Amino acid sequence: MSELLRSYLTVGIFGVAAIAMAGAMLTIARILRPQRPTRQKLIAYESGVDPVGGDWAQSQIRYYVFAVLFVLFDVEAVFIFPWATRLEVYGLFGLVEMAIFIFILVLGLFYAWRKGVLRWV
Amino acid sequence: MFAPQLLGFVSPSINWWALLPQMILLGAALLILLLSSLAPRRSSTTFATVTTLSAAITAYFVSIGLWYDVEREGASSSIASAFGVDGFSIFFTMLILIALAITALLSHHYLDREGIDPPEFHALLLCSAAGAIVMAAANDLVVMFLGLEALSIAIYVMIAMHSRRSEARESAVKYFVLGAFSSAFLLYGIALTYGATGSTNLVHVREYLDAVVFRDQHMLMAAMGLLLVGLSFKVAAAPFHFWAPDVYQGAPSPVTGWMASIAKAAGFAALLRIFFAAFASHDSDWSPVVAVLAFVTLVVGAVMAILQTDVKRMLAFSSISHAGYVLVAVQSASNDGTAAALFYLFTYTLMVLGTFAVVGAMGSDDDHPLTRYAGLGRSKPLIALSLTALLLAQAGVPTTSGFIAKFQVISAAVSNQSYFLAGAAMVTAVIGAFMYLRIIMTMYVVDDDESGPSPVWHWTTSTVVLGTVIFTMVLGLVPQFLIEFAEQAVPILIRG
Amino acid sequence: MEITTGWYLVLGALLFVIGGTGLLIRRNPLVMLMCVELMLNGVNLTFVAFAQRLNDIGGQTVVFFVLVVAAAEVVVGLGLVVAILRRQPGTTADDLSALKG
Repeated sequence: MSELLRSYLTVGIFGVAAIAMAGAMLTIARILRPQRPTRQKLIAYESGVDPVGGDWAQSQIRYYVFAVLFVLFDVEAVFIFPWATRLEVYGLFGLVEMAIFIFILVLGLFYAWRKGVLRWV
Repeated sequence: MFAPQLLGFVSPSINWWALLPQMILLGAALLILLLSSLAPRRSSTTFATVTTLSAAITAYFVSIGLWYDVEREGASSSIASAFGVDGFSIFFTMLILIALAITALLSHHYLDREGIDPPEFHALLLCSAAGAIVMAAANDLVVMFLGLEALSIAIYVMIAMHSRRSEARESAVKYFVLGAFSSAFLLYGIALTYGATGSTNLVHVREYLDAVVFRDQHMLMAAMGLLLVGLSFKVAAAPFHFWAPDVYQGAPSPVTGWMASIAKAAGFAALLRIFFAAFASHDSDWSPVVAVLAFVTLVVGAVMAILQTDVKRMLAFSSISHAGYVLVAVQSASNDGTAAALFYLFTYTLMVLGTFAVVGAMGSDDDHPLTRYAGLGRSKPLIALSLTALLLAQAGVPTTSGFIAKFQVISAAVSNQSYFLAGAAMVTAVIGAFMYLRIIMTMYVVDDDESGPSPVWHWTTSTVVLGTVIFTMVLGLVPQFLIEFAEQAVPILIRG
Repeated sequence: MEITTGWYLVLGALLFVIGGTGLLIRRNPLVMLMCVELMLNGVNLTFVAFAQRLNDIGGQTVVFFVLVVAAAEVVVGLGLVVAILRRQPGTTADDLSALKG
């Protein structure tokens, strides 16, 4: 058996042990506990509040604009991190470049704000 | 793994002067967005049009200066050889700027009529123009990919901006799905090129391919194939053309003109730079494949156009067949062929923009049936005459620029001994002419039995139509200056 | 058994093909968007594998750019899909057939 597979063997044993342990606990509990189900006991637990409606809830469509804006601005951060880790190396040139980059992003956010996209209607 | 050379980071030398044209365009786009978000109400169309126009004109003057610089000092490249400053990039920059100015003029009236938000449209137009310039000038495949995406993503939105029409939405989704699909192919081709040659920079790729003889070049072959498929989608070459008729039909007419001219021209710029310039030492591998593509594209474009009844779909197939002619020039893999392709793209861009200017003014309805053009020869003789001139030029009738362009392409094919392809190009030109003649006949011979919506002419549209017609005619008689221009614009890969 | 970069290249190619096939045969617009992502991520994996093999940082930086481009593309695609679904709920790719000829 190669070195690589041996190192995965540890992970495998750990996984099997974890599943066996959880399974054993649930099985023992099932054997030991009394079972007298009523309707009240079977409904879904929602922090003590009675559940309302089905289990398929639709998100509001207005939420998607925020999601989309978040994805865009979040992904742009990928360019900021490498620069931030090597700040001194890039010096003034890097600082100016990043300032322009962020300025353009801020302009985009400003545009979205002025167009009323950020307002929760 | 983190590159230790970063410790002594030296920023690559940047020729800001050469980057100025696209920086002007992006600056104008940001300015339009900023001012439109500051304006309390819906801002005026005139402001956006004037900003775009002045940006295009300023950038044009800068690129004239750059052209003389290159003529004096020779080609160079900038930003660690990622951005080429050669005749080729400036040729395309000028072409894109001319098309940008024309599209800005065309959209002026169109946006008002259709109720589309002008600042957003113009900002996107400027972004896509900057993307096209980057794509044509990039000496690095990744930079080229970024330019392509800036061009395409802006166009997806420009098509969909006409959001009340379900056709526009459908067209946008189709273009988006096919565009994303083809971008992925192109990107995979870039990845395999990187794997095969160790760099995405075309200068390095060329030097590597010149120096190294592959024992096993499967990966390079796959890379070339994927790049070719990706770009064939973009330029609408058969068998990767099927999206074009639907998308052209559904898109707003100024956007269709922009797609048919600049998206295609930028695609061919990338194709020429990658294959003719970087893969030059392997031209015996790619040239036959491009020849097959060219043949299929010519036949599909000419034959399918006959079956159409919608004018925008007819013009879509006509643009497919134009792509076939350019491919005939590309496959010859010679300086003459490349110059012919550049000449063709320049004349074609102006013809197609003029044609779509007329089409856009003929109505905003969801379809453009041929019958709407019936009787135009009597009711609007000047417009009918202009459209006739532009269509005849597209057909390649002598004394128009279209004839010179086709002639150049065919003679490049002949001097490359591709006699079969040259013959096919001539035969399909005759078949294709039938479609253009059908539109012309409808205008002059068929009576207008039902008085449809009369076209509304704005002076901007008339200016564009007149300008493109004059250009097309004059170039048909005195083509020499553009031929010389194109001959000096052959791509050069040089370390910067 | 050694896991060489070749395996990653194969995995990347598989992801690319799965994404491409999915894009062609699935009719749900959202699933089609996911397939585009899958294709691009297959390419990303290929880039990283080559960067590892060539011992070159360039291939890894490309991935950053591809990620951002993919995000921009998908955001536009989502906007288009939402615009269509809002007007015609339950639209599939087969329903987009008003334009033909």
